[in-house]
Amino acid sequence: MIAAVDPGVPAISVRGLTTRFGERVIHDRLDLDVMQGEVLGVIGPSGGGKSVLMRAILGLQPRAEGTVAILGEALDDMDGAAWRRLNQRTGVMFQDGALFSNLTVRENVEVPLREHSDLPDRLRSEVAEVKMLLAGLPPDAANKRPSELSGGLRKRAALARALAMDPDLLFLDEPTAGLDPVSAGRFDTLVRNLQRNLDITVFLVTHDLDTLGAVCDRIAVVLDGKIAAIGTLAEVRGAAEGWIADYFSGPRGRAALG
Amino acid sequence: MSRPTGWRIIEDPDVRWFVPSGDWTVATVGRLDADLRAITRDMQAGQLGLDLGEIDDIDVTGAFLIDRTLRANDCAADPHLRVRGDNAGARRLLLLARQNREACPSPPTDLPGFEAVLNRLGRGAVGFVDETRGTLAFLGEAVVRTGQALVRPRSVRWASVVRVMEDAGLDALPIVIVLSFFIGMVIAFLGANILADFGAMVFTVDLVAISVMREFGVVLAGIVLAGRTASAFTAEIGSMKMRQEIDAMRVLGLEPMRALVVPRLIAMLLMTPLLAIVATVAGLVGGLMVTWLAAGISPVMFLERMNLYVPPQHFWVGVIKAPFFALLVALVGCRHGLLVEGDVASLGRRVTTAVVQSIFLVIIVDALFALLFLELGL
Repeated sequence: MIAAVDPGVPAISVRGLTTRFGERVIHDRLDLDVMQGEVLGVIGPSGGGKSVLMRAILGLQPRAEGTVAILGEALDDMDGAAWRRLNQRTGVMFQDGALFSNLTVRENVEVPLREHSDLPDRLRSEVAEVKMLLAGLPPDAANKRPSELSGGLRKRAALARALAMDPDLLFLDEPTAGLDPVSAGRFDTLVRNLQRNLDITVFLVTHDLDTLGAVCDRIAVVLDGKIAAIGTLAEVRGAAEGWIADYFSGPRGRAALG
Repeated sequence: MSRPTGWRIIEDPDVRWFVPSGDWTVATVGRLDADLRAITRDMQAGQLGLDLGEIDDIDVTGAFLIDRTLRANDCAADPHLRVRGDNAGARRLLLLARQNREACPSPPTDLPGFEAVLNRLGRGAVGFVDETRGTLAFLGEAVVRTGQALVRPRSVRWASVVRVMEDAGLDALPIVIVLSFFIGMVIAFLGANILADFGAMVFTVDLVAISVMREFGVVLAGIVLAGRTASAFTAEIGSMKMRQEIDAMRVLGLEPMRALVVPRLIAMLLMTPLLAIVATVAGLVGGLMVTWLAAGISPVMFLERMNLYVPPQHFWVGVIKAPFFALLVALVGCRHGLLVEGDVASLGRRVTTAVVQSIFLVIIVDALFALLFLELGL
């Protein structure tokens, strides 16, 4: 799918990113590369700018300084057509779902298909149903509105929408938060599965240590506005100090990682 | 070099191979759909094989389409389905697509035209009764709670009362003044024009004074509040409801009726008479300007005539209605806010209903008062 781009080019390349909310500096000249086909887990303290980083990469958050390039194309240089192309190959699952509340779940999943593909109506709703089931939704959720679903099902519906276009790049913001361990485990397997089968790149913001261990190829720690550490789980754990050491050596960390 | 997206059937002696080729992705398979649905009918079960050798690129959508085609021939479930061609990715995706195939309930269909009309009519009638009952119940509860709160003034959230007084009262003054001023002018123009034919131009003063004081000032204030404030109340409280803030208040022991409705009601009860009085004065000034400039009745004469021939009861008949309008607007606004459900559409519906209902009620109540005062001879 990403065949058009040289496999050596990072899927996401962030250089010198600085973001601010008023006076408060969130990111301070942050650099990050996410390689094609890898699952990068992003961890960091709550309020430390993980979700803001994701928003900045997606162009939703104004950058004070720095550049972001996706699949070799800088966001600043993109025209309307390039944005459209980018939107087609990116799937985003927001923290609280961000489902369209006046549409049913099936219609929510159909939105990107309707916008970016020429599938006939019937096939479109069939594909939407496959994506729903793939994300672990029960069939009878199809005609329900997001407000009628439980928190966990809303997450899955959001994932189904993110997967609708079979994206190359998947952004997940705390996908397993609020899921029961069984569903979270299923979710981990699903992401792994999809990533292997479709060769997609996943940018995964999470607090879930099990997910880190089960799914992520590499882990990046966002701390004090920079990437404090990046590497495989073993590498990051091995060289951990300060907050990162606390993160892995706390009782929850030990329990999850053994 | 990639092959064009498509498929063909290869006939072998004992098996017919279904051979998809090229890119089978969400971007490409749309135009194959109709043809694929058509071919499924003339293939025999048990004879079909799948050849994955010519697929370049495939995603879940493409895999689903292949799986659907096989399934339509009862092949997908067949353990002896022959698959050839070396494409591990496609095999995994096919498996994924097959595992995630279950019938979802189809979307509810619309009723046919005539039935739909009857259905809406019936719902409307029942809804009207329910709405009336709901509004009355809410009115009763709110009045009792406000009464209880006023008995113990310390329990009232005066900070929010003052904020609402500013938002809904003070900030509405300019628009109320301007509208009322122009209405006063229009009445004076009409009156002067028509009464001049009877040589009774001077009665324009009585016309302006009585109509503005009794009706236009207060009704205009009521309608502006209905449009401006009822909608704001519904939107504010409705968004709080959508974000579970109302639930949070309940479990924290803050009764929404006491924390949200009572302050708004008190603020409106205090500000609406003021708005009505300001509107009345603005309307009179508008009328005075026109009678002075267009009909040659000097302001002194205007005021003198008002003083002599327009008894103050007209003013009180007007202003007495203001608190009732305040009650209606505040209650309808708050009630619909609390009735908002989880989705955005319901917020829009409730705001619309709140504005429509409160304007309707302001005018209906005004008409009832007019009848009452007529019977009372006021």
